[in-house]
Amino acid sequence: MERTDAELIAAVLKGDAACFEPLIVKYQPRVFATARRYARRESEVEDIVQEVFIKAFQKLAGFRSEAPFEHWLMRLAVRTCYDFLRAHQRSRETVFTELSKPETDWLDQYVVEPGAADENAEAARQLIQRLLSRLSPSARLVITLLEIEERTVKEIADLTGWSVPLVKVRAFRARAEMRKTLEKITKEKYM
Amino acid sequence: MKPSELQTNLIQAARRAPPQDHVPYAFEKRIMARLAGLSPASPWVLWGRPLWRAAFSCVAITLLCCVWSFATAPKPDNPDTFAQAFERAVFASSDQHLEELW
Repeated sequence: MERTDAELIAAVLKGDAACFEPLIVKYQPRVFATARRYARRESEVEDIVQEVFIKAFQKLAGFRSEAPFEHWLMRLAVRTCYDFLRAHQRSRETVFTELSKPETDWLDQYVVEPGAADENAEAARQLIQRLLSRLSPSARLVITLLEIEERTVKEIADLTGWSVPLVKVRAFRARAEMRKTLEKITKEKYM
Repeated sequence: MKPSELQTNLIQAARRAPPQDHVPYAFEKRIMARLAGLSPASPWVLWGRPLWRAAFSCVAITLLCCVWSFATAPKPDNPDTFAQAFERAVFASSDQHLEELW
């Protein structure tokens, strides 16, 4: 019979570290998906996921069983991703480098026929990744959680540890920052 | 072309293409190997570490204060000791008042 999360956690806290492995196996796909939203290179993604689980293991005694383990782990994952973004802040692209061929095609198609451009979602995703990589860490986090993952302000506050008014302020600033960056790209390319 | 519309369009495209959740082969083994030397810290340990650091800092500050007070202590050949200077400062106003009366 498969053991529950609570049973596994209790066993780990009693000293049976091997019981942490089923927890990793169960939740690592979600943590990988979250990390891939913030890091491009696969080696960076793996480092983030590893750090999340090491932190989870070390802080397991602080986990209160009132909320599901998954929520607690995802909070840890989002905060680790934010730390990663802040640590790599300086390596952000300072100049908007040449767009790739699919990205340029997508933009050209969008200019001619905005409705038809939706079909090639991969190029658009690459383009938005490039755009997000230009934003500040807090702006990128807030845009990803609020606009792309469609989470509520309260959920974001819970995940990040920020207050609700702070999330709203950062969301407002993030949208403005993103619009400014997009205006810059379109001006460079089409004007 | 309006940047706000383009922004909405790009975000919609990103929503439709969520990131992959595939995991490298035996990734959990790699984490377990890293965890081998670690143990889940109890709340007492979590509190203990910063408290020990604070204790060492306090001891260091106390030692520095001791060294400083010894270094700046008045020399024995100086007649004007701290006690005399303090007494003179306390009674300065009353001395002045007595002088005016005489």
